[in-house]
Amino acid sequence: MKFKEFLKDNIVYLDGGMGTLLQAAGLKPGEHPERWNITHPEEIIRIQAEYYSAGSNVVNTNTFGANLLKFEREELDEIIGAAIANARKAREISEGDHPKFVALDIGPSGRLLKPYGDFDFEEAVSLFAETVKIGIKYGVDLVTVETMNDSYETKAALLAVKENCDLPVIVTNAYGEDGKLMTGASPAAMVAMLEGMRADAIGVNCSLGPKALKGVVREYLKYASVPVVMKPNAGLPKVEDGRTVYDVFEDEFSDDLKEMIGEGLRVAGGCCGTTPEYIKMLAGKTSGMKPVAIVKKDNTLVSSYTHAVDFAEEPILIGERINPTGKKRFKQALKENDIGYILSEGISQQEKGVHILDVNVGLPEIDEKAMLKSSVSELQAIINLPLQIDTADAEAMEEALRVYNGKAMVNSVNGKEESMKAIFPLVAKYGGVVVALTLDENGIPETAEGRIKIAEKIVETASTYGIDKKDIVFDTLAMAISADASAAEATIGALSYIKNNLGCHTSLGVSNISFGLPNRDDINSTFFAMALEKGLSAAIMNPYSDAMMRTYYAYRALRGKDENCAEYIGFAENHRVDNVVIPAATRASESHGQGCACGACGGGNAAPDKGTCDTSSELQRAITKGLKAQAADLTDRILEREKPLDIVQNEIIPALDIVGKGFEQKTVYLPQLLMSAEAAKSAFERIKHAMLSEKEGSAASGCAVVIATVKGDIHDIGKNIVKLLLENYGFAVSDLGKDVEPEKIVDEVIRLHAPITGLSALMTTTVPAMEETIKQLKEKAPWCKVIVGGAVLTEEYADLIGADYYAKDAMTGVRIAEEIESTL
Amino acid sequence: MTNILNPVLTRTYGGVSGNPVPPFDLGEILRYAGVKGKDIPENENLAGKDDLERICEECIREVEGKFSYRVCFSEYEVNKCEEGLDLGFAVTTSEALIKHLEPCDRVVVFGATIGLEIDRLIARYAKISPVKSLFFQAIGAERIEALCDLYNDEIRKEKEAEGRGLVFRFSPGYGDLPLALQREIFSALDCPRKIGLTLNESLLMSPSKSVTAIIGVKRKETGERV
Repeated sequence: MKFKEFLKDNIVYLDGGMGTLLQAAGLKPGEHPERWNITHPEEIIRIQAEYYSAGSNVVNTNTFGANLLKFEREELDEIIGAAIANARKAREISEGDHPKFVALDIGPSGRLLKPYGDFDFEEAVSLFAETVKIGIKYGVDLVTVETMNDSYETKAALLAVKENCDLPVIVTNAYGEDGKLMTGASPAAMVAMLEGMRADAIGVNCSLGPKALKGVVREYLKYASVPVVMKPNAGLPKVEDGRTVYDVFEDEFSDDLKEMIGEGLRVAGGCCGTTPEYIKMLAGKTSGMKPVAIVKKDNTLVSSYTHAVDFAEEPILIGERINPTGKKRFKQALKENDIGYILSEGISQQEKGVHILDVNVGLPEIDEKAMLKSSVSELQAIINLPLQIDTADAEAMEEALRVYNGKAMVNSVNGKEESMKAIFPLVAKYGGVVVALTLDENGIPETAEGRIKIAEKIVETASTYGIDKKDIVFDTLAMAISADASAAEATIGALSYIKNNLGCHTSLGVSNISFGLPNRDDINSTFFAMALEKGLSAAIMNPYSDAMMRTYYAYRALRGKDENCAEYIGFAENHRVDNVVIPAATRASESHGQGCACGACGGGNAAPDKGTCDTSSELQRAITKGLKAQAADLTDRILEREKPLDIVQNEIIPALDIVGKGFEQKTVYLPQLLMSAEAAKSAFERIKHAMLSEKEGSAASGCAVVIATVKGDIHDIGKNIVKLLLENYGFAVSDLGKDVEPEKIVDEVIRLHAPITGLSALMTTTVPAMEETIKQLKEKAPWCKVIVGGAVLTEEYADLIGADYYAKDAMTGVRIAEEIESTL
Repeated sequence: MTNILNPVLTRTYGGVSGNPVPPFDLGEILRYAGVKGKDIPENENLAGKDDLERICEECIREVEGKFSYRVCFSEYEVNKCEEGLDLGFAVTTSEALIKHLEPCDRVVVFGATIGLEIDRLIARYAKISPVKSLFFQAIGAERIEALCDLYNDEIRKEKEAEGRGLVFRFSPGYGDLPLALQREIFSALDCPRKIGLTLNESLLMSPSKSVTAIIGVKRKETGERV
């Protein structure tokens, strides 16, 4: 019998602890247990045979850490080959005629993936792929991916299995006492991602005893449509009379698992501290039980690396602002590779309360594939909202889905054969909830009926790819009512039918409805309310629109989804009258409560030097004092009468100089310096905005500077401070980020013909990478001066590795850059 | 070698079940943020101490409850050997450490972390507010030190009950103790699996607000000298 078949209708027993038993058999601390497959096969076979005889249907090979990080290729092959032979031998000599399978065991790499670690996602996929390929060569019945405490690494491992074999795969994660993975994922988020990627059974193992894991297992049972796995430790280890003992014994352990089997658990075993005795008692107590049938769940789930968003629970807001359409500043940012701008748009929308972020970075003159991939990577590093990946380019879609840490929304597919052929295989492979537009080769049907027909065709075609209708969200296409008076009717009619009769969730790009009309917010928000009432599940919308947000909060309150109207009241308190769209760049993270100190506004304080109140000296003071909002407002006012670049020269830079000098003289501390730098930046953002509305151009007046933290180093706060100050002083900074290959830095310097490069390194161990970068720069871009800085560097050290300048702090870096620029 | 002492144990702090971690020390956080003097000179054109404390408190409010304080540790016998000192999980030639452990016949080796969430906040605010990013950095530094002090106090009490004292914790990178010892510590403690602490190729730890160290356990005063 094949494992997949057996899994369908039976309770499956796994094995128990291996490492703890090997230690008892004499494995030394620090010794690789995988080598015992070769040096002590008899011990491995004995333990595994005991598991089979105790009732295990599946025994994992002793290959938890068998990967290329720990072993050379040749030895790895030998180890995995021996491990599989041992498990087979154990199966052969064991007692009992129950079905017995051998699983290739894959544990975590021990490295943390980027961006918080230094292990690249694709490198992780290749690492696991090598182990899988060797396992397949020697022959196993299934694969186990276990003890993963990071969702991203879990995805890499599962992808490696799926791309290299057709075997069934069990995936289990290690949860902490807080019910989350170490890197933050909730059980629902893991269910969403792993089911999306078609794992055959999913669940939990290791880290805690059975009682502490019940809550997590129940979450799995609530959301999973595949068999759920539980393989806990025998409680927690402690030391007693010089021996390690675990505090949950066979009896209690098997009772706890029995209870969970009664609740629907289908795959059970043990992890650290459990022995064949545990499995024997577990099987003895439960093998007569009737397995609880697995019920297919209809939750439409998308997930990030921390949580899942369930479409059934609430109207979902999908922020539409990461999109260059009609936005000069955004286009500018894309052309300048200014990821920071995109990130700040993401953060601002999150602060406004959206649940999902749409990500569209398509622009004819840029490499969309690369930009989309890096935007997704950078967004998911700092924003825990699920993303909706929005591109018409299927290749770009695939790359983005691949690196996405969770189950994404896919925007979009439509009823055209070509579209479905391109998109459905991606959804089937990487998982995802796909937005389906009700149009096809013949365009958008005018009537609701026409759109419903297309929806039905899409559902049918999706099912041939194994994609369930719960993973399709229909967009029935809002069209301008200014062109067709019945447009709203058709859209809402179709969505209502699809929600109620097809049983699929729906989504709309709401604002199209008002195209060509004045006061669009009024039409949009009313249409939004109408659509919500008829079954709209999600809206792709502008969260800076107060009218839309008012409708959202009011609707939830009216629909009884807001207990005591608490959220409505909270929202209303902050949004009494105005209807202002606040630009993202100036609104993030304000220090509120700082009234304008300008005398004319009644704030009281006179300007420091002249004793008179004029906006320009007030701007300087706002900057030195670090008042972001005020600096932006004052800049707007001065822009009415002065040229943008004059303001930079006459106001911003002198203000920064005051603070910078103070910092050099040690009368101003770093946080104060940064506060004024931030205020200067918010003034700068207004100036950029003003310049863009005049002409396409850059606000930077200084020369290009390439900055990066060198290869191997993942600390970048120092580099970020330098970047901010350099930008304040008008330099055109290209920030390559952290852990950057020398080659990439050289390429960028050549591309921009940059006269200055700034490199940062925090640790002695990464200084060689800095040296290598300088060497390559001197060879290939000899015109470029290199400034280095970072915790471990000194003047002498900098000389030694061939740097042109050493900057002991960020201000010194600016001074040196100015000096270099003056010689150009 | 018989080591009793080999099992790697873990402790978690804070949250519902763990021992509480001491409250935030605002002065320490400001110091880590680069405020070197006791007082910030009065200057009405600059952000004052109140302003800095306000931002710092905003950061604390945002990060509170997001820490995941974890420690894993193991205890070893220490023996002189030809090459230097056998720490039970590795041999060291570091003169500074050997001298430091002079009165000791055991060591407790530990890895401690406050979790990844602070790194995410540092990175997030680097994009929108470097000053807050700096404060999160400083808060993280203050928290991991507080965690290490708390854990050390526990061990001190436990060892005192056995009639033994401790010498202060010593980390790879101090004096002539090479950073490369991190590899042995990570392998002995299985830090990735036990507490989610990883080591990269440059020997940097992730999460970044983490510490590994060796605490010397002194010989029993009344016992025989080794």
